[in-house]
Order: sequence, then structure tokens, then C-alpha cells
Amino acid sequence: MALPRDERITSDIDAYFDAHERTSLLRFITCGSVDDGKSTLIGRLLYESQQVFEDHLAALEADSRRIGTQGGDLDFALLVDGLAAEREQGITIDVAYRFFATEKRKFIVADTPGHEQYTRNMVTGASTADLAVILVDARKGVLTQTRRHSYLVSLLGIRRVVVAVNKLDLVGYSEDVFDRIESEYRAFAAGIGLTEIACIPVSALRGDNVIASSPNTPWYHGPTLLGHLELVDVEDEARDRPFRMPVQWVNRPDHDFRGYCGTIVGGTVRTGQPIQVLPSGRRSRIARITTYDGDLDEAVVGQAVTLVLEDEIDVSRGDVVCEEGRAPQVADQFEAHVIWMHEREMFPGRPYLMKVGPMTVGVTLSRPKFKVNVNTMEHLAATTLALNEIGVCSLRLNQAVPFDPYSENRDMGGFIIIDRFTNATLGAGLLNFALRRADSVQWQSVDVDKAARAVLSGHRPCAVWFTGLPGAGKSTISNLVEKQLHALGAHTYLLDGDNVRLGLNRDLGFTAVDRVENIRRVAEVTKLMVDAGLIVLVSFISPFAAERRFARELLEVGEFCEVFVDAPLEVVETRDPKGLYRKGRRGELVNLTGVDSPYEVPEHPEIRIDTVHVSASAAADMVVDQLRAMGVLS
Amino acid sequence: MLVDDGNDGRATPRAGAVAPRRLTHLRRLEAESIHILREAVAESENPVMLYSVGKDSSVMVHLARKAFHPSVPPFPLLHVDTTWKFRAMYEFRDWTVAELGMELLVHQNPDCLEQAINPFTHGSAVHTHMWKTEGLKQALDLHGFDVAFGGARRDEEKSRAKERIFSLRSAQHRWDPKQQRPELWRVYNVRRNQGETIRVFPLSNWTELDVWQYIYLEQIPVVPLYYAAVRPVVERDGALIMVDDERMPLEPGERPVERRVRFRTLGCYPLTGAIESEADTVQKIIQEMLLATTSERQGRVIDFEASGSMEKKKQEGYF
Repeated sequence: MALPRDERITSDIDAYFDAHERTSLLRFITCGSVDDGKSTLIGRLLYESQQVFEDHLAALEADSRRIGTQGGDLDFALLVDGLAAEREQGITIDVAYRFFATEKRKFIVADTPGHEQYTRNMVTGASTADLAVILVDARKGVLTQTRRHSYLVSLLGIRRVVVAVNKLDLVGYSEDVFDRIESEYRAFAAGIGLTEIACIPVSALRGDNVIASSPNTPWYHGPTLLGHLELVDVEDEARDRPFRMPVQWVNRPDHDFRGYCGTIVGGTVRTGQPIQVLPSGRRSRIARITTYDGDLDEAVVGQAVTLVLEDEIDVSRGDVVCEEGRAPQVADQFEAHVIWMHEREMFPGRPYLMKVGPMTVGVTLSRPKFKVNVNTMEHLAATTLALNEIGVCSLRLNQAVPFDPYSENRDMGGFIIIDRFTNATLGAGLLNFALRRADSVQWQSVDVDKAARAVLSGHRPCAVWFTGLPGAGKSTISNLVEKQLHALGAHTYLLDGDNVRLGLNRDLGFTAVDRVENIRRVAEVTKLMVDAGLIVLVSFISPFAAERRFARELLEVGEFCEVFVDAPLEVVETRDPKGLYRKGRRGELVNLTGVDSPYEVPEHPEIRIDTVHVSASAAADMVVDQLRAMGVLS
Repeated sequence: MLVDDGNDGRATPRAGAVAPRRLTHLRRLEAESIHILREAVAESENPVMLYSVGKDSSVMVHLARKAFHPSVPPFPLLHVDTTWKFRAMYEFRDWTVAELGMELLVHQNPDCLEQAINPFTHGSAVHTHMWKTEGLKQALDLHGFDVAFGGARRDEEKSRAKERIFSLRSAQHRWDPKQQRPELWRVYNVRRNQGETIRVFPLSNWTELDVWQYIYLEQIPVVPLYYAAVRPVVERDGALIMVDDERMPLEPGERPVERRVRFRTLGCYPLTGAIESEADTVQKIIQEMLLATTSERQGRVIDFEASGSMEKKKQEGYF
């Protein structure tokens, strides 16, 4: 049943090498649920293309007898189930990469599970695939999950799809069943932009039409699954697109050589060609295309090269060298599809990092315009995105980056979102287009500035940010501090959490998403008030480190004093001035910080006040002393 | 750059070459590895390349030269030594380093030296854990490396199939399969917190066959032990073990015999089984491999212990 061995291996090894040095590579993803026989299909492709060695086979035989599901026959699924924990659960839980080769082509398979909760894995596997194989159980036909897989594949920009109608042996190799599934799928796929579709009737378990044409399906005249994968055209479309090379590394071995290293992600580059470097827009020409194996006249998409320019212009990591006249756009606001990949949901307004190509920049995401029900493709209202949810958001970057829409260039329009504290990868996204509307709103420079106001008031402006659990003593201490400052003749204002929630932030609740927005607005108001020359006392629980850092970074160095009003939960529960904890413990109040909503303790506050041992008035003195030490008060 | 231009199949470096219509399989893998190497170096402060002296290390070093040419690769090589490697490996290592002009750091776990840890009296599991796993952690801590390149490939073993190209390790060097970051496109997240490190595997998507074909195509030197030659061996538990020096204790009545053998994988000589072979050129090795039916890691004694043992080792900090 296995593929015949290439006889050139024994008869003419040179001819074999010649052929194999020329083989192309096809990367594909397989999509299907646990029950669709996906692992069995991949296992069979590996087995029959002779990528399973004797000792693996011995282990497979032993495992098949012990935990196999095929009554002692070889259980190919066991070949591809990797981690011990998964094996025990009988499911695969992540993305695994498999390799096999035939005479015509080498293959890398991204094997991803099909459960709803694992959109993350499918999107990851699809991001590097040229083609998708979608499994459909012939007994069940086109299911919700088939639609979901197809939508994700099309979202990630894969156009070529193979629908493997599997388990055909269980429906008596019925042509009618196959035809019905094929026409239903094609009707659906046309609606989501999938155009290059092949449907193939197979039985992964029995081997029908996987490698060899099956006598059980005389009505089917198309290629086998492997035959199709070997021959499908994967000409890189990016080749005909405009030239792009994001700079990864500036190569300066000595003063005579300055080259820019990177991988070409679009088009072709030739020596002498006029180019432009973005975002600066500076122009030059390609002097040399340098490689270890000698200089090239021309290089194409996919190659990793080092470019030398004719002129000495300033180029650094993250810049994009591109074709003059067909340069990408440069923008700092976008509409994008965002796929959330972390247990902790997305917080609109929170500062995150975004990596697009080699460039890492600060980013905030808006509330989603909508999220997509991946089963029905319906648009739903949303305030955030949870793990495995996909939505459309506006992005605001802290600097402009060169980009192409994802649909035109995956490398120029695909990005990841990174947490600024844990550095975890939280999500991924696809840039759709630039938003222009912010261009008309620019910060107005005015003649009377902060420094001028400080001269008049006799002190420098500053924000004093009190953070801590409810009942820790923030309001008491900040009130005492304001009295002292007022007595000293300082211009002050106290922003209190409850008061602001009665007005400006009346529309916000106490979910994590709303808490982030609450603090974002307060931070922006604080910034305006500091600009007005005031010492602003901000008394807010502000439970998340990310938003406190956001507030700090809005201001200049020396204008922010973080005061951690520290009291253990047991202590604040007994104080409980507003009765919140009693209500919380009775279940009458949800999202109470410290009880069922987290509080992230500040790591490096300017002042930490231990309110168990320090009185409120002594605490106020500490704050005023700190403001003197910072030069806010003279 | 070497290209498939329909020339002689065995492309040689030529100036002024014209780009191919489409990159071949090996050229796509090569470009991906170079991209990974550059990205890791650009975003790390103190990178290092783990150098095990094997064929995968030879390929990885070759790719590093390509990635940073005309600069010398901007990081040192680190050999976590066990003192039990084949003599030919030490010779090849020193020759390679001299050729490349790169800095070589050699780390031998001082606890192992003191206790004279060896595979004969302590067993392969203790030997490997102490010299390699603990030794590697010591060396990374000692030099404060934040990114370490390794030559592991996804096709080597089932638990590796899910390994990321950029694999995050805790400050204690532990690998947590549930905390690995999703990896999309060629956008790699190289950021790490204080004490955390990242292991980077530029050869993730290469297979054993790809490695050998690339060695052939690029004429990359490898340790001669990969080529068949007459060597003194003893047969133990079905494995052919080479008697490489006088430290190898012989069982009563056991006598080394001269056999024509080679090694598919290299490690500590008492733990590495040879195969009988006539393959004394790269071409013959590939030919033999294509006809063979035994996978590469079978020569490594450490993988035998239990199904899932590699995964356990990785969680403890093994490569």
C-alpha cells in the first residue's frame, strides 16, 4: 500500500539528488475535530510516504495493542499524538508540525485541533500555511465546525482548500452522499471568498484515495489526496507584488561596510534599482545584494539577504526598504481584525505592545466595533474580546509604521499583541486599512504653558496617585494631604473615585474592562489638570499595574508620585467603612476588589504607607515631605 | 546565494547569479533559519549558540555565518561538555573553532568533575542529567545568556513536534508546555522578563534528510565519526559501543572487535550505538538513510527509558 520507493536511490543516487534539490515545499494545515479522523489521516500520510521508521513502528504496534482504538490494528492516530498529557486525555491540545516527502514535493503539516476553544491554535497553524485540508465526516456532512474552520482559513488569507470527505467507507462509498456534501460546501465557500476548492472522497482508515486511487469509488475521476497535494500550484503570489524588505539587523563589521539584513517579503529587488526607506521616505538605489555565497544581481520574495545602498542614509531595524513609487502607506491608526489568544480578556484602552514585522510599538485597542460569531459569521455587539474571540477594533499606535493591508501582504499586515508586563503574546491581528480621522485633531501648542503657570503659582504641578484596596484609607489620607497643601498655598484638586463615577464615568460599571476605561479617563483628566498647573490628588483603587503605569507615562518625569496605601485584606474587612465587604461576602456585590476582583500590588511606588502601623496624619506628612523631596514644593 | 537555476543541481557560489522562479525546499528552509537567527540576535542582549559538535551544530553554525556575513556571528559558541565525548569530536570542535574565528566556551559541571560522574557507575540517566541538563543550566546562569540557540528539530521526537521555534524558559530553566506563546507568521516574540531565557531552534522545520542534503549541497564539514570506518567496538544489549579510550570497563571475556561502523547520532561514546555500514561519503550516508528503517534517535540510549521521557527531560531544563 505504501508509496513505491524511488528506485533512483539505488540505481542513480546523483539523479535522485538532482531531483530532490529542486523539490518545492508545500506547507498545509489540517482542520477537523477529534472524531473526523484527522490524526489517522496524517498518520497514514506519514506511514505511506515511509517517514515512519522501524523503531517508531514497533512502538506504534505496541501502543496500538495497549491503547489503540482499532481493535489491535495499527492506530495511525497514535503516531501523531505527542505529549504524554494529551495521550492520557486522548486529544491533541496544541499545534504540532509534521514532515513528510515524496518524489515531487516536501511537506510541512500543521496539525491543529478543531475544538471551538482552540481557535487560537488553528489561526496559528494557518498563519504559515499555503493550503488547508478540511476534513468532513461523510456521515455528518458540512457541520458548524466545517464552516468555522473554513472561515478562519479564509480570514488568514489561505485561498486553496481541499475538502477531504472522510469515512466514505461508512456510507457505502456513496456517490450521492459525496455529491451532496460537495455542492453544499461549494455554495457556502463561495460566500466567504474561498475559490480554489478541491473535494476528494477518502477513507483515511482504509486508505481509499489517500495515496492510491480506490477501486471503491469508480465514479470519482479526480486526483488522490496526495496526488493533489503534490501537484497543486503554490506559485508565490507575493512575487508579483511590490518589493518590500523590513530591516532586521544593521550589519557593520567595519567602517567600510554597512548593510541591511532582512527577508524579502514581497516582489523582487535588483542592483541599481531605485528604492525608498520608510517611514523616513528617504531615497537611494541598491548598490549591492550581498550574501555569504557572493553578490547577487537579483533576489526574490522569501530570500534572506543583505542590501547595501548607494547613499549613506539613516536606516535602522524596523524600517522597510521598498520599491520607489510603490511604497506602502505609513500610519498610526488602523482598523484591524483582532484574534484574542489569552485567558485574560482584552482591555480596550490599555497600553499594549504590538509587533509587526521587526517593529515593536505601543498600541491601544478600542472597544470592538463588533465580534464575529465564528460559527455563523454573524456580527455581534461586544465590549471586549475573550480567549478565542475574533473582532474588529480600531488601533492607535504611539508611532507611525509602514504597512500593507493583510489581504495584500501577510508579512506587512500581520501583527501580534504583547503584554507589557508579562511579555506574553496575547493576541494576533490583521491590518485592514489606515484610519485618517485623527489627522485633523492635533495637540494645540499654546503660549501660556505649564512652566509659565508654575511661576505664577509658586510650585510645580504634579499628580499624587493614591492606590489601594477599598477601605485602606486613601480618601482619609488624601483629604489630609490636600488640607496641608492648601494651607501651604498650593493650588490643588482632589479627584475621588466615587465622585468621578457619579459624573464623568457614570456609564461605567465594575467589570475589569470598565475599570480599565475608568482609570484611562481619570489619567487623561489628571494630565489636563497637571498641565493647568495643579497638584492633583487622585484617590482611586486603580487595581491594575498597567493603568497606573499608563497614567505615569502620560506625565513628565518628576510629575508623578505613586502612593501605595497598604492594608491587608483582613484589616480592611474589619474597617469596612462603606459596608462593601459585608455585602461582598454575602454575595450581594460582585467585582469587589480584593474579594472577587484582583488587585495588583505596586512594585515600585514612590511611597508605601503601612496603615496598620502609621497614622493617617503621619502618612499625610510623609506625602508632603516626598513632594518637597521631588522639588514640587520649594 | 545558491539557487536552483536548472544548472548542475550542485550549485556553487557564483557572483551575479539571477534569482530563481521559485525557491527550492532547502532554500526556503535556509532563509527561514537565517531570519530566525537575525531576529533573535537583534532582540537579545547576550545570545549564545549551543554547540554539541554534531552534524546539526555544523549546519547551524554554517547558517549563522550566512546570516551575519560579512560579520562574524555576533555570539560565542558554548559546548556543554561531559568529558565523555568521542576523541574525534574534541578534535573536530577545536578545528572548527579555529576555522570560524568564533569564541568557544566550554563548560564542564564542576560537581560532576568532583564526583567523577560517569555512565558506567552512575547510569545513563544520572550521567545525562548531571552533565548535560545541570551543566547547561549552570553555564547559562554563569554567563547570564538570555537567548540560547539549539539545533533541535521537530522531527526528532514526538514531543518536539509541538515545540515553538522561540521557546520560553522560566528563571529556573523550566519548560512549561502550557505557557508557550502562540507563534504566527514570522513574527517572533523575543521579549522576556528578568531571569527568563529563550531557547531558539533555527532548525525546527528541518528533517534529518534535509540536514544531510544540505551538508552535501553546501559541502559542510562534519565529524568523521559519521562516515563508516573500521573501529573497535563491543556489543552490549544489542548496541555496538565503540571503545574510544581506556576508561571503558570491559566485562569478563569481553573483547573489542574491529567492525566497519559509523554513527547516525553523536553523544557520549559509552551511550552512543554505532551501526554497521559501508557509507563513507555523504552521498552514501543519504542513500543508506533513505533505505534504512531505523530512526535517528534510536542510537541515543537516553530516549529508551519510557514513553514521554523526552518531555520530562525538557520540563527539567534539558534541551
